[in-house]
Amino acid sequence: MLYRENGQFKTSYSRDQQIFPILQDRVGVGLLLAFALIGIPLLVQDDYLYRAILIPFLILSLAALGLNILVGYCGQISLGTGAFMAVGAYSAYNLFVRIDGMPMLVAILLGGFFAMVAGVLFGIPSLRIKGLYLAVATLAAQFFWDWAFLRIKWFTNDSSSGSVSVSNLSFAGIPINTPVEKYLLCLLLLIVFGLLAKNLVRSHIGREWMAIRDMDVAASVIGIRPVYAKLSAFAVSSFMVGVAGALWGFVHLGSWEPAAFSIDRSFQLLFMIIIGGLGSIMGSFFGAAFIVVLPIFLNQALPVLGKMVGVTISTAAVAHTELMIFGSLIVFFLIVEPHGLARLWSIGKEKLRLWPFPH
Amino acid sequence: MAFFLETLIGGLMTGMLYSLVALGFVLIFKASGVFNFAQGAMVLLAALAMARFAEWIPHWLGFDSKVLGNLLAFAAAMVMMVAVAWLIERLVLGKLVNQEGVTLLMATLGIAYFMDGAGQTLFGSDIYKIDVGLPKDPIFLLDTVFQGGILVNKEDLYAAAIAASLVVLLSMFFQYTATGRALRAVADDHQAAQSIGIPLNRIWVIVWSVAGFTALVAGMIWGSKLGVQFSLSLVALKALPVVILGGLTSVPGAIIGGLIIGVGEKLSEVYIGSQIGGGIEIWFGYVLVLFVLLVRPQGLFGEKIIDRV
Repeated sequence: MLYRENGQFKTSYSRDQQIFPILQDRVGVGLLLAFALIGIPLLVQDDYLYRAILIPFLILSLAALGLNILVGYCGQISLGTGAFMAVGAYSAYNLFVRIDGMPMLVAILLGGFFAMVAGVLFGIPSLRIKGLYLAVATLAAQFFWDWAFLRIKWFTNDSSSGSVSVSNLSFAGIPINTPVEKYLLCLLLLIVFGLLAKNLVRSHIGREWMAIRDMDVAASVIGIRPVYAKLSAFAVSSFMVGVAGALWGFVHLGSWEPAAFSIDRSFQLLFMIIIGGLGSIMGSFFGAAFIVVLPIFLNQALPVLGKMVGVTISTAAVAHTELMIFGSLIVFFLIVEPHGLARLWSIGKEKLRLWPFPH
Repeated sequence: MAFFLETLIGGLMTGMLYSLVALGFVLIFKASGVFNFAQGAMVLLAALAMARFAEWIPHWLGFDSKVLGNLLAFAAAMVMMVAVAWLIERLVLGKLVNQEGVTLLMATLGIAYFMDGAGQTLFGSDIYKIDVGLPKDPIFLLDTVFQGGILVNKEDLYAAAIAASLVVLLSMFFQYTATGRALRAVADDHQAAQSIGIPLNRIWVIVWSVAGFTALVAGMIWGSKLGVQFSLSLVALKALPVVILGGLTSVPGAIIGGLIIGVGEKLSEVYIGSQIGGGIEIWFGYVLVLFVLLVRPQGLFGEKIIDRV
């Protein structure tokens, strides 16, 4: 009744090609953005909420978005995401520390650029290798960079402990100290990159990626250059992942070690896009929200649940139960909805269009 | 020269142990097309079960024989791995038939998380010892040729012998038994195998049980070498390049790949690693594989990948 497109006529090409062709969608997204930009900073005062949920959610959505372009849109499975995040973080760190007066935002974007270079370099094998073989080959990137940032002292500015830290963050002259400011910075970057990604995947480049994903031999027959399409997907993807990595280091952690970008991070991001939905911008956000919130929820809920049945659960047991529930939920989701949460979302929207008269 | 040979032999021994884990990957991939990331978790689970049952069973039954205890523990752990295989087929893979490779891969990652959690909940998360009586003392070979001889760990020798005999056993099982033939048929073509009456579900349970068995043997050997602890499940990450190097579908490939990576790792660590900071074992296998794949995208012994439009 409320969610209909009847009577909304498209009278020009530009109106036909809007990102959100339905008026209700536009209003909804506008309201959501207004709430995220104004509502949350006004309403939420709890630092813990920003630090543990909101900021990680924003940054990891950005990384998931980047990974989804590579895996979901171009069909190249990558298990080296954590490494490209690390390249972004460490190159941004080196630029920020070694060059006087380097603005933070420029350092972060340049971090993305270096991650892009690394991504293209490790993407070259994808021209020969496909599928699961490629997945394992990308692990080479993961282990190589993990090692490099641990062992090559130059990258960590010769710090004795091996961990690096940044301070005095500022954006266009405004110092960024409080969680709210950090939250807004991440949100703004996420909006910019989200818009960019959405427009990329519905442009000719995006269609090339999808053609390569669906059948690469056929795509090259109709004149799509696999080299260009695959490497551009690696470039765009690792740029976004690198920016996310730099943000993760600079804004979320403040000081970090290579372990922050270990192989577990790669798996975590892959889970996000698979549970959220491969080949869906929306899905990246759903997946990130799910994977960020679930462990925190389990961590909080399990001891309470245990108390209700009269059992005290030790922290070790909580950690193990968390692993078990996390694992089984992932399997459960894969069985029930292999196309991810984004698919549920679109089914819901279809239903809503007909509601309350199903015919 | 003696030092070089010593490194070489050490590498071969380690390589044999990698192959043992890699075998599990190959068996499951061949028969069901699932890239089983949970192999490492299975090794950990099997080793934990073995270590704990070896403590508990003599205690429960009230006898004091180490050999009997170990045997019973091995049997109990094997029964558990079969049960695990059955559960995985029933609850997960049976419901994910016809899904894409990456979805199945993620499902096995989910299984891996579950097994890590469940194993440590059931059996505890300390470091345990497996003592199956492998001798620990080193021996010296060729001390007539080189001064001091070549130091070889006896334990490694036994482990390599066990691994080699396991490989022979498995090849014979695949080659000469009816079940083995059924397994190979399923590996070649699921639908054709099903249409001539081979029960796919039962075959998958068998394959996962056999993979569980190799996991148990690998877990036992690694466990008695390093102790049973959480990091044992990371052995799988070392075995991944082995599988890819040999080819995902080739059993001999897993063995030869293991030997190449084992030797390459040790030699590079000793001769190159010391120049550039050390610890390059972690990524050497992967980078080696990367370059081999550029020349042979299907690995050394894998089936040639043919694309059809």
